[in-house]
Amino acid sequence: MLRINNLVKTFDGERRRRHSHAATPEEARVFAVNDVSFNVENGQLFTLLGPSGCGKTTTLRSIAGLERPDSGTIEVGGRVLFSTNEGKKPVNVPANERGLGMVFQSYAIWPHMSVFDNVAFPLQVKKRGDRVSRKEISERVMRVLETMELANFADRQATKLSGGQQQRLALARALVIEPPLLLLDEPLSNLDAKLRESLRYELKRVQRELGITSVYVTHDQVEALALSNSIAVMRNGNVVQLGRPREIYENPNCRFVAEFIGTSNFLSGNVVSKDGDRYTVNTVDGQLVLDSAATLPIGTDVIVSVRPEAVEVSTTSRAGEVPNEWKGTVLTRAYLGDSLDHVVGLGKHELRTRGNPSTSIEPGTTVYLRMDPAKLVLVPVD
Amino acid sequence: MITASPTVPARERAMPGWLRRVATPKTLIIVVVAGLIGYLALVPLYYLIWGTFFDANGFTMGGFARAYGDPRVGGMIGNSLWFAIGAAVLSLAVGTALAYLNVRTDVPFKGLFFAASIIPLIIPGILYTISWIFLASPDIGLLNKLIEPVLGPGFFDVFTVWGMVWVEGLHLSPIVFLLMVAAFRSMDPSLEESALMSGASRWQVFRRITVPLTRPAIVAAVLIMVVRSLESFEVPALLGLQNGIYVFTSRIYFVLRSYPPDLAAAGALAVGLLVLAVIGVAISNLVGRSSKNYQTVTGKGFRPRPMELGKWRPVMGGAIVVYFFLTVVGPLLVLLYTSLLKFYQAPSTEAFASMSLDNYSELFHISDATTALKNSLLLGVGSATLVMALMAVGAWMVVRSRIPGRQLVDYFSFTPLVVPGLVLGLALSFVYLRSPVPIYGTIFILLIAYCTRYMPYGMRYAVTSMHQISSELEESAQVSGASWWQTFRRVLLPLLSPGLLAGWIYILVVSFRELSSSILLYSPGNEVLSILIFEQYENGQFTVLAALGVVMVLTLAVLVVIAYKLGAKVGLRQD
Repeated sequence: MLRINNLVKTFDGERRRRHSHAATPEEARVFAVNDVSFNVENGQLFTLLGPSGCGKTTTLRSIAGLERPDSGTIEVGGRVLFSTNEGKKPVNVPANERGLGMVFQSYAIWPHMSVFDNVAFPLQVKKRGDRVSRKEISERVMRVLETMELANFADRQATKLSGGQQQRLALARALVIEPPLLLLDEPLSNLDAKLRESLRYELKRVQRELGITSVYVTHDQVEALALSNSIAVMRNGNVVQLGRPREIYENPNCRFVAEFIGTSNFLSGNVVSKDGDRYTVNTVDGQLVLDSAATLPIGTDVIVSVRPEAVEVSTTSRAGEVPNEWKGTVLTRAYLGDSLDHVVGLGKHELRTRGNPSTSIEPGTTVYLRMDPAKLVLVPVD
Repeated sequence: MITASPTVPARERAMPGWLRRVATPKTLIIVVVAGLIGYLALVPLYYLIWGTFFDANGFTMGGFARAYGDPRVGGMIGNSLWFAIGAAVLSLAVGTALAYLNVRTDVPFKGLFFAASIIPLIIPGILYTISWIFLASPDIGLLNKLIEPVLGPGFFDVFTVWGMVWVEGLHLSPIVFLLMVAAFRSMDPSLEESALMSGASRWQVFRRITVPLTRPAIVAAVLIMVVRSLESFEVPALLGLQNGIYVFTSRIYFVLRSYPPDLAAAGALAVGLLVLAVIGVAISNLVGRSSKNYQTVTGKGFRPRPMELGKWRPVMGGAIVVYFFLTVVGPLLVLLYTSLLKFYQAPSTEAFASMSLDNYSELFHISDATTALKNSLLLGVGSATLVMALMAVGAWMVVRSRIPGRQLVDYFSFTPLVVPGLVLGLALSFVYLRSPVPIYGTIFILLIAYCTRYMPYGMRYAVTSMHQISSELEESAQVSGASWWQTFRRVLLPLLSPGLLAGWIYILVVSFRELSSSILLYSPGNEVLSILIFEQYENGQFTVLAALGVVMVLTLAVLVVIAYKLGAKVGLRQD
């Protein structure tokens, strides 16, 4: 559906050059997007996830046509929107002829129009050839407002809507032309936490029901995990990992992804033995066995990522029965309502664990930590 | 004029109890400041009305009858509106286009915008007008000489209403530019981008999104420019009077300069002008209030993503260079050129050969010139200091105090904003011609005029910086046991000082260029720089005048640079 190949966008480093000491404009160039490629299948919700400045918004805006990439190709449903392929005529369809839907971070609701007019606008400005009759405009606008549960507000001034309603209005406006692709630029980031959660499911429902292919940009990993069919984690203009939400969470391919998605303990160590997929790793705090599909030779420096919820805390030892049991002392604990965290001191390091709130252990108590080999992740050293 | 003197203890002891409670330094200072602000704002207006409607025999409409009974009055009002609206529309078109290019596109030469935006501050209207006479007068204009071989002599004629519109419009365009830059910057670019994504063409986006959303700013800008052009004196006086094109301001000046001066008729014209100005300001305030509905709340600052102009980039760049030459380089160069000549002539090898600095050395020998410079400096420093001292207290009353009627202080301090300079000059002469204290004919009447005119600017600076100081800082001083005066002097004043200093310099700069009030109030020996330039123009001493103008521009440029370094909001800041 959406195919992006070798997308590159640099920003003119002119100003930066004056401040840094780069000698040439080439050196001062900043890669906002550096050789990004991905495909999005029909009806999927694809998320670009990463910290601010990672190039996710630039990628989205390049698809929208609001930003002109330096090179690469962008194709939607077989139609080339942008291309700089060698030997062929360069293509750059202007944003207003791409026919895509977009929801902006600020919603960009036009404050001087009513709710109805906001949604009608994309139909009103259609080219002479495929202009829509007044009656049809009204029907289509009302239909989409109905879907978004905004039909009762049609005549209201757009600025009189609440945050959540504005978000639905922005979505209605993007969808009214029935675009082949919907672009969403952090659409939930302006809402408070409660509303964000309910709208997240609302958005997912609408997207799945309409089956509209979407590209979603966010820096919120929870949002990305909850909404997406697949996620591309971006960093410094590159896609560092691309996969289904569960893969990304359970098998991060580098420390950055493991750190960015969820919380994790990182233990550095060294591969001492390997038997099929089962690795034994020596760390400062002890030995760990774990399963990994990676192929790393013995002697490699690695990092073991331990999710807090993958650690079982107990006051009794089951040494010998299960692998990976370490002894430590509870340093502090925090009750979080739906879970309870313990920070356990182990010789040199501390390990954060998360478990059921019914297990609450006094600080100072000696405890035994057990880690399931299947839940430990071997991360190559960057 | 006022120094906040602490009460003398000896006298305090002799006071009755209630008086001692009331007559604290705090109340004394507040009463004096409020009284002065009210006096400066209201008394001239009262005397203006009185002098217009009353003569020795009581109430009369005679002034009105004489002023508006004149058969040429229809033409005068027509010219005024034509001139004011024309200049406003020109400045709006140019200023808005430039602002849009600067904020929203990747147009080249963005640095030039900054230079152009401070031009109205450093080239006073009178010099700007005279420069354009040098450039586009049908007889001596350099531009006319330049194109004479092609289009014949006297192609451009600056001494027409169109010429007046051109000069005033160009001089005002940087102000519109600044207003519209603020408007465009505060507008979320994604409002336009979303329209583009909806399939609208650039033109549709401009017409249906950009213009409606910036309409409040556009309307406000156009009204402010209409009012400013109506009040403009330099351009109509120097360009219009030549061919008998009168507007309100030049008519008032003419009536007062004819013999015997008809004060009541001038007053009647001034009242008419004042009414027009008040209407303009009132409408723009109304528009400003209704524009609040348009404000959109967005979570975070906008990332400026300039639109790429593509093949239009060089064209727009060229247009900006042309604009820059017309507004900045041309007028400055022609002044500099003229200042080096023995007598005014078109550029030729002889002209360049005869160049010397004689005019500059002559400036030192004209006693008037040194007196005028001294007077200008004295008045600038004096009025800036007095105004900022008054307004520091005034702003405290408006922003912080709970004194009943404090809003009046606010209103009064802003009243002079709607009073055209010439009208204020006339009103003050009404007041002090009758005053038993000999103020008329001294430099003090100019000081009073300047203080009145610049009160609104001072108030704006002081109020803005007062708002930036948390009231808790003041409260903690009080809790620590400081009295009101100690709190004011040791906590508020130091914290306010950057804002007060910025306002001080701004007033110093604008007072240097003041002409329209001074022209009615000065007396021989009390000339200021702008008056001297005006006189020299009338005497045809173009070359000395140009030298004086260059000195004035340089002085102002230095002041503006200092103001800029101090962080005052003058011109446009890149980034």
